[in-house]
Amino acid sequence: MHVKPISQHFNDFVIERERARCINCEVCVRQCSYEAHFWDEARQFVVHDSARCVGCHRCAAMCPTSCLTIRKKPSDFRDNALWTSTYIKHIFKQADTGGVLLSGMGNPQPKPIYWDNMLLDASQVTNPSIDPLREPMELRTFLGAKPDAVDFVHTPEGPRLKQPLPPQLQLEYPIMFAAMSFGAINFNLHVAMARAATELGICYNTGEGGLHPDLYQYGANTIVQVASGRFGVHKDYLNAGAAVEIKVGQGAKPGIGGHLPGEKIDEEVSRTRMVPKGSDAISPAPHHDIYSIEDLLQLIYAIKESTRYRVPVAVKIAAVHNAPAIASGIVRAGADMVVIDGFRGGTGAAPTMIRDNVGIPIELALASVDNRLRDEGIRNHASLVVAGGVRCSADVVKAIALGADAVYIGTAALVAVGCTLCGRCYTGKCPWGIATNAAQLKKRQNPDVAAQRMANLVRAWGHEIQEMLGGMGLNSIESLRGNRDKLRGVGMNEVELSVLGIKHAGL
Amino acid sequence: MQAPRDFWHFEKDISGCGVFGVIDRARRLIPGSEPIAAMCTMHDRGNGLGGGFAAYGIYPDRADWYAFHLMCDDRDALERAESVITQFHDVRHSEPIPTRKVASVKNPPVVWRFFVTPKANRPAWATGDEADYMVGTVMHINTRVPGVFVFSSGKDMGAFKGVGFPEDIADFFRLDEYHAHMWTGHNRFPTNTPGWWGGAHPFTLLDWAIVHNGEISSYGINKRYLCQHGYECTLMTDTEVVAYLIDLLIRKHGLTKREASWVFAPPFWDEVDRMPEAEREAFKALRMVYGPALLNGPFAILVTDSKGMMGLNDRVKLRPLVVAEKGDRVFMSSEESSIREVCRDLDRVWAPKAGQPVIIDYLPQGGAE
Repeated sequence: MHVKPISQHFNDFVIERERARCINCEVCVRQCSYEAHFWDEARQFVVHDSARCVGCHRCAAMCPTSCLTIRKKPSDFRDNALWTSTYIKHIFKQADTGGVLLSGMGNPQPKPIYWDNMLLDASQVTNPSIDPLREPMELRTFLGAKPDAVDFVHTPEGPRLKQPLPPQLQLEYPIMFAAMSFGAINFNLHVAMARAATELGICYNTGEGGLHPDLYQYGANTIVQVASGRFGVHKDYLNAGAAVEIKVGQGAKPGIGGHLPGEKIDEEVSRTRMVPKGSDAISPAPHHDIYSIEDLLQLIYAIKESTRYRVPVAVKIAAVHNAPAIASGIVRAGADMVVIDGFRGGTGAAPTMIRDNVGIPIELALASVDNRLRDEGIRNHASLVVAGGVRCSADVVKAIALGADAVYIGTAALVAVGCTLCGRCYTGKCPWGIATNAAQLKKRQNPDVAAQRMANLVRAWGHEIQEMLGGMGLNSIESLRGNRDKLRGVGMNEVELSVLGIKHAGL
Repeated sequence: MQAPRDFWHFEKDISGCGVFGVIDRARRLIPGSEPIAAMCTMHDRGNGLGGGFAAYGIYPDRADWYAFHLMCDDRDALERAESVITQFHDVRHSEPIPTRKVASVKNPPVVWRFFVTPKANRPAWATGDEADYMVGTVMHINTRVPGVFVFSSGKDMGAFKGVGFPEDIADFFRLDEYHAHMWTGHNRFPTNTPGWWGGAHPFTLLDWAIVHNGEISSYGINKRYLCQHGYECTLMTDTEVVAYLIDLLIRKHGLTKREASWVFAPPFWDEVDRMPEAEREAFKALRMVYGPALLNGPFAILVTDSKGMMGLNDRVKLRPLVVAEKGDRVFMSSEESSIREVCRDLDRVWAPKAGQPVIIDYLPQGGAE
């Protein structure tokens, strides 16, 4: 019996090993970066300590004899609707350490998920549904500011534009890979996202960690991010991508900065971020040159100047209470794209209390922002991209019907390469080789395989979106965009329906 | 314009239909009996819940005046409308629209026509041109004056419509007594709205008239797009958006009919991608800027104005449209049979391809043939 703090006895998972099938091959020992499995020298077989298990399922997935099962620990505290085990365990941990509770990935709390309370329409009789296997079904999307009207010169050869449109990002699917910085996830996955985005004709976002020199070749499919820490931001970086995104906030931690621990800053991360190796990379909560909307305007135009107005500039905010007014200000400040990240948005690390209690659902924020921009007559001046909790193609379709031009997927892209949402990204020990820069872990992600899996995911969703569009009798995504007539609510109250701007099912 | 409260709480009409149009490019007059006979052959395309006609060149003696056709619940409603019209316009002539009693047309509204010109000294706040002023009047009456609906407002043209089969409506409005150089007709098969006189086709605004067979599945976004540009959809039917989009794209944004047809039924991207660069950029711009105005869903549509007629199908041709020529006459119809009914011997008959507009303009006046 070894002595450990009481909090560690109340572990979340138990490892079950079918002894009869275990061949003591030690794969689990090598796979578990949390050292939950180990070789017992005295007894000469593999044993485990469930208290160290984070529930990532890496060992069970790799075990050659399938002898491992990871279960939630069945022992329960006495029933208490208020004092659930989550809060009891939080207090034990904080009493041990005096520290802020940390979490990885998005808000897991049982708050309303409006995607699930919205249902889509389909054609019956009065308009024919369209079969995407036989007919064209267009998902191509352009992000950027659109003028109010097209200005043509009429020539004998046909109409010609008097002047080119503002810069646009052309996407073959209304889906992009969300900002996940180099450092938070490793180089292999950045390569994978870049290759997948290029193959798909979409974009991935660098996140705030700069752009590795080897990835400049994928610039046409890259959105470069400028966040409060300004890591890796320089003129070549700004000009390397197809768009620049100013990150003001993140759905998982609105109002909070970021902190990449020094342990994750290896040689390559250091070079790309332009910070010393081994030193913490701290992103301040606000940009210290943006204390107001007029400051944001200056930064937007500073970036437009330094990119010679060649690329659209996006501004990303977390979905907060006043999102519609803020989004309106952002559009009027000259942004070509507004990105809204909902309270389910993922993260590599966030204070648990912030992640679980700050911000609002993306569905509601999206609907209100779209309404607001239309009411002000400026909806076409910027594209609207949403992020934070998009799990499947139906969520994408619902987001677009509510008014989004495109969505970002972060968590979904990581799940495609193995993530099981164990939520310990901030430890740098990710056994799936995702949220880690440790050499022996990150090599678990082969960039070619990962790129293929990410591309497969988006392609699969694309097929499903086409099927749903065709079912509604539409053959182009623009006819779905903002078309709330295609949505009905179930199990929602009047206020929720009116914020979403949809009718209840049956009406 | 700010979206109306509860803007999503609308009933959208869904209907199948038959459409017919005939134009004489040399402006020779066509008797009303011809479109009526054509519509009769397509009786089964409707269910008696809506029929209507638009006729161009029917008021030659009053061609410089805007002809307002009104349908009113009762005399009081008509008085309310008249007070609005006289406030903003000089009424040159005012009379009931001639009708006859028809057994199958139940409870018709009071129908009246005013021939007006906008007041010379318009209110200072009425900025914009004369057309804006006229559209403003129509919108105001239709949305703010209870019990009244302006169903036609162009010059030297008129719409006649109501609840009933088109032949009954023609009988009611005595259309056999009119002669026009362009006619369109419509037979309606609504599936979900109670028959309402205003909901029948054609839909008109100024001298534009639209008859439409189809369902506009993109209605939800077309409507919001129009709202952003100051048009409030009130008629609970999807065809309304076509009339307003035409007004926005052609009158306000200066697109040609052909360019507007590329907005409504754009070529597919794989075709655009193969175009020479300058052309490709023009088509991309149209699609990017006017994507919310794309009419998605099955449709065959006839758009008429004082310059001529345009027939258009959706981009995958999910509704029938046949065009035929005989001398200066051009016919467009849901069914060839209806054209053959009024003109057996045709020079040419063809079915336009998906998304390809057929634009027939009048011959230049005086220089005909």
